Amino acid sequence: MTLHGHVHKYGANVDTDAIIPARYLNINDPLELAKHCMEDIDPEFAARVRPGDVIVATTNFGCGSSREHAPLCIKASGVSCIIAKSFARIFYRNAINIGLPILECNDAVDGTDAGDELEVDLESGAIRNLTKGTTFQAKPYPPFMLELMRAGGLVRYTKGRLASRAK
Amino acid sequence: MPSSMTLAEKIIAAHCGRDSVRPGELVNVRVDFVMSNDVTAPLAIQEFRKLGVDHVFDPQRVAFIPSHFIPNKDIQSAENAKVMRQFALSQGAVYYEQGRAGVDHVLLPDHGWVLPGDVVVGADSHTCTYGALGCFATGMGSTDIACAMATGDIWMRVPPTIKFIYHGKLSRWVGGKDVILYTIGDVGVDGALYCAMEFQGEALSGLGMEGRFTMSNMAIEAGGKAGLMAPDDVTLEYVRQRAKRDWTVYQPDADAEYQAVHEYDVSQLEPMVSLPSSPANAVPLSKAPRVEIDQVFIGSCTNGRLADLRLAAEVMRGRKVHDNVRCIVVPASTDVYLDALREGLLEVFAEAGCAVATTTCGPCLGGYMGVLAEGERCVSTSNRNFPGRMGHVRSEVYLANPAVAAASAIAGRLAGPEEVMR
Repeated sequence: MTLHGHVHKYGANVDTDAIIPARYLNINDPLELAKHCMEDIDPEFAARVRPGDVIVATTNFGCGSSREHAPLCIKASGVSCIIAKSFARIFYRNAINIGLPILECNDAVDGTDAGDELEVDLESGAIRNLTKGTTFQAKPYPPFMLELMRAGGLVRYTKGRLASRAK
Repeated sequence: MPSSMTLAEKIIAAHCGRDSVRPGELVNVRVDFVMSNDVTAPLAIQEFRKLGVDHVFDPQRVAFIPSHFIPNKDIQSAENAKVMRQFALSQGAVYYEQGRAGVDHVLLPDHGWVLPGDVVVGADSHTCTYGALGCFATGMGSTDIACAMATGDIWMRVPPTIKFIYHGKLSRWVGGKDVILYTIGDVGVDGALYCAMEFQGEALSGLGMEGRFTMSNMAIEAGGKAGLMAPDDVTLEYVRQRAKRDWTVYQPDADAEYQAVHEYDVSQLEPMVSLPSSPANAVPLSKAPRVEIDQVFIGSCTNGRLADLRLAAEVMRGRKVHDNVRCIVVPASTDVYLDALREGLLEVFAEAGCAVATTTCGPCLGGYMGVLAEGERCVSTSNRNFPGRMGHVRSEVYLANPAVAAASAIAGRLAGPEEVMR
């Protein structure tokens, strides 16, 4: 699966209060949440983001709360994937579980600026910077993560497990 | 012959039917308890309903705790609370109604639902609080929790463990909060990313369970997956009075392998303050700027327990909150509220001019009951001070222990207890 879009770039420790502030946590509709995505650190994000765009950040992206509203609102805003040097672990799980692709790649983060056009091949982990004419290779997913993603996320995977357990 | 293991590895191995596990392995673990709250449960319930099962795996091991936006702050929050209530009651799950509930991470250990040796998963990042009991407790998102509620198990990667050893005895006015802020200041907000933190040492032996919960609570603020302490007499005394079922005590092996070991002499440690806008911006109180403040919040899953309120009341007794300051005191559970009432602590706070409120997580996350306006400053006993955490994105939060928070409320600026108790 190939993703294609422009880069929105952030630094280290983008926390879940920055991604979606707690004042919106009584909202469960992802599209409604998306209107407030990144509001406190990048007020123009919701208006600027286009389907397919890519968030690129340095270390510990998504630190803080366990709120699944964070990856949900990023996904609903149209972002096709997140590339970072590292992710906070709860955010990492949440993103995989809801089907928001995330990739770890130090070189791609260092070699990418805001507005660059990227093409990402999820299966191979190849990241092409079309603006700069460079290519990077993300860390491969562990086989179990690939299995989860191929199943269509944790809910479908678990549903399959429960069904086979019942037999 | 099983290889030597850390505390986290021992508990995980016992829950996946293995003699031993190694860091990095992906394993499927049996869970002893699963929790969620009014913010995360509605999403979890929505996902649970897609799984094709009617019942949670064991209703006495699945809890739903109204805590974050309760008493319901608006219609949407009320709808969320209703979804959770109806699901919890229809499942016969563990549920405490508003007025009997509390901040989830204070209530569940106090009522003996989470126990030594358990694997606990919760749809809340501060689920790591329970690690102080010697269990492996970690926060996850709603989808993970939905699946764990259905199956009674969950996949996880065995984390490497980092050991933290604290030597010496803590000074007066210095407690678990200061030790953990100091630690996060040292290792950074991703210093324990993906890792289990194992806390030990002489300084912890002298802390009651409350101070220990405070430390484990903030493991997530260093990126940690869990913050564990091996049970001792203090733990077992606490657990015996409350346990809802049997438990197992695990101890780390003496020759277990750790990713890193940090040793600290905390005998000279001062009260610590984390300046805006990161828990890792920790400085000793003596080096913190004496900024004027607008609000103080005493409460939360970090520091809203009885011992915390006693400390704050000791500083406040017979004194008045500064004219320019709003001081909000929120006992972290109904039990804490009642105990504080019976001890006369709530009277001390009210006499001093504090707003004493019913239990809620509200102020800590800028939910409600103490939201900050633009440019306002708050000294808070909670766990996070990211930009906008307690309200306007240009408000500031200073994290501190309850004695420092109470002293600051009286001084009208960041201050230590000794500055106002003269």
